[in-house]
Amino acid sequence: MVDFWQIIQNAAVELISPTTAAYALAALGLAIHFGYTGLLNFGQAGFMAIGAYGYAISTLTLGFPVWGAVLVGVGGSIIFALILGIPTLRLRADYLAIVTIAASEILRLIFTTNSLDAVTGSADGLSAYKGGFAALNPFPKGTYGFGPFTMNEYDLWVRVVGWTLVILGGLLAWQLMRSPWGRVIKGIREDEDAVRALGKNVYFYKMQSLIIGGVFGTLGGMIFIMPRAVVPANYATTLTFFIYTILLLGGAATILGPIVGSMIFWVLLSAVSGFVARAQAVGWFPGMSSVQAGQTRFIIVGVVLMLLVIFRPQGIFGNKKELAFVK
Amino acid sequence: MEVTGLTDRRWMRALMLLLVGMIAALTFVGGGAAHADEINTDKYDFSFSGFVRNDGDPLKGVLITVSGNGYSAQVKTDADGKWKIGVPEKGTYNITLDESTLPTGIIVAEGGNSVDVEIDKVNNKVYNFFLGQGVRETTSFLDQFIQRAFTGLSFGLLLALAAIGLSLIFGTTGLSNFAHAEMVTFGALATLTLAVDLAWPLWIALVGALLLSGMFGWGLDAAIWKPLRRKGVGLIPMMIVSIGLSLALRYIYQYIYGGSTRQLPGADGVDLKFGAISLSPLDLLSMAISIVVLIAVAFFLLRTRIGKATRAVSDNPSLAAASGIDVDRVIRIVWVIGGALAGLSGILFAFYRPGVSWDMGFQILLLIFAAVTLGGLGTAFGALVGSLVVGFFIEISTLWIPSDMKYVGALAILILVLLVRPQGILGRKERIG
Repeated sequence: MVDFWQIIQNAAVELISPTTAAYALAALGLAIHFGYTGLLNFGQAGFMAIGAYGYAISTLTLGFPVWGAVLVGVGGSIIFALILGIPTLRLRADYLAIVTIAASEILRLIFTTNSLDAVTGSADGLSAYKGGFAALNPFPKGTYGFGPFTMNEYDLWVRVVGWTLVILGGLLAWQLMRSPWGRVIKGIREDEDAVRALGKNVYFYKMQSLIIGGVFGTLGGMIFIMPRAVVPANYATTLTFFIYTILLLGGAATILGPIVGSMIFWVLLSAVSGFVARAQAVGWFPGMSSVQAGQTRFIIVGVVLMLLVIFRPQGIFGNKKELAFVK
Repeated sequence: MEVTGLTDRRWMRALMLLLVGMIAALTFVGGGAAHADEINTDKYDFSFSGFVRNDGDPLKGVLITVSGNGYSAQVKTDADGKWKIGVPEKGTYNITLDESTLPTGIIVAEGGNSVDVEIDKVNNKVYNFFLGQGVRETTSFLDQFIQRAFTGLSFGLLLALAAIGLSLIFGTTGLSNFAHAEMVTFGALATLTLAVDLAWPLWIALVGALLLSGMFGWGLDAAIWKPLRRKGVGLIPMMIVSIGLSLALRYIYQYIYGGSTRQLPGADGVDLKFGAISLSPLDLLSMAISIVVLIAVAFFLLRTRIGKATRAVSDNPSLAAASGIDVDRVIRIVWVIGGALAGLSGILFAFYRPGVSWDMGFQILLLIFAAVTLGGLGTAFGALVGSLVVGFFIEISTLWIPSDMKYVGALAILILVLLVRPQGILGRKERIG
């Protein structure tokens, strides 16, 4: 029999998991890019990779403390945003899309190559960088939480830091979008020429938006690696597309959208793939192997992304008038 | 309201049909069988894997043995030089490469042919043997350059087939089609199914695969893109739909065909020597086919009525429609041609790599986009020029940079070109808006 209670419990874990927080932060950054400014950033995976590798490499190779490693990651992502933005922000939206997706693939290939194995760990990636972060943990050793949310002190620490960052990020983005700066940004999304006619330097505003959203992605990338290892294969373009799915699920031009979208995405993904895997194991899907059961989740994500864009482009929290799709 | 409701419903029905078709296809073709290059990977959670390559060329049939902790298994590398051996538990194992199975004159250059590797933090530990010439036989830089240039030309031409299709679709509909990669993979998978699983003669299988690819392009347009155009969905939402479609199709392919690489018949050939260059007959045939097809496409675009109509629609759809051109028909034809070209590109790519795998198209998707952007978005001949530049650049850059970074050069050149000439090599300035 399919153990539905176990499926629900496993899905509930995802509600507050660090991965969910990491994706929420990255999606929040993408909301600033895509939802509010209308920038088609297809390289959010690259920003996350810079956070992950910036942190891990500066900890392991350079021996930096936690704050130093965080600064390296954030600095790296600002430079990355400048490199991406300078050639493309003056051009039509699809040029930024192609350049960002190309740049994030370049990063992944550089992190994967055997010739930099000593620094990046090539295809095996890096681990063993968690010591400094774990040492800052104020929670004493023990077991915390209840039911499916039972965890040890390190897991609790990762979740507290991750979700604090999400909340702070959400508040910051909310205030930014209410400010005059945010109104200019939204104006650029609606009609770039009108904003230019008002004497605003559209190019600089877009650049600032690209940098801020990118830093969100980078912080997400750092949270993402705290419960696991840094592996270059995680930063493929599929990661960016998952974040787009989350963003469109919640609502592109909203603050709550990316956060709640991430929770819904991971809970549903866990529930659906848990169900398919268990149902396959007890023979509900004849002709499906266990490997195939694991692959159905990606097929589902793809189909959901298509259906969302077609039938509910504003997402769960979005306003239909503020569709946030540049023309 | 009534009208939109009706089209919505019709749209849903088309989508349902597509999904039902996919599910039918899923149940029809079973899962992939076990392959010679993998052993005990289903049985155990942990595994060692790696590639055996000599200077970028995969070596087939090299014997690898993993032993330790009372366990021993051996496997031969496949045509990609890939091997994978499952092991029952974590710990240190001895990996040995049997040097007598290497081609003459090649030995393990670094680290010796027998190493102890520990598997502890990961489930799959990658170990690659670094090979080199045992008896050093030096090739002059110029000879290497010419060899690389020819390989690059061959790759560039097959990229061009896919890129022109993508560019035509972009030109006529404005869609940046991320699912083009899956149209490339489709051609190779269709050939694999017809030629290997159904054991048709290769030539008939190739023709059949091309027809299927064209039908696939037509089907995608009819089931998804045409209804979306009718619905008035914007270009960027459409682009995101194509991303979702690409993701879904790619994993449907993996679902049906499994994650391994399989070979098309006739992939092994004896190299012919032309002075410094050695080319397989297959490379030559591939280049000849690409050139003939590209000339045919050029003839179609420049000389035929429908080709001229295609260019007119690319230029200005409303004006074209006002001049009596059936825009829908042109777009339909462009999708069929785009599908068939992408399929052909996939087949040639399967021989070039060599091998057919579920994500092969996705591996070159960005190169296709780079080619189209480099040449100038929406210009068919620009796509050709861009592809050749990308192909040459990828191969020639391996003279200086490690071959696992060869795509980096091509993508970096894309960014650099956009910096100085955003409209691309053959693009017109007005297009970048």
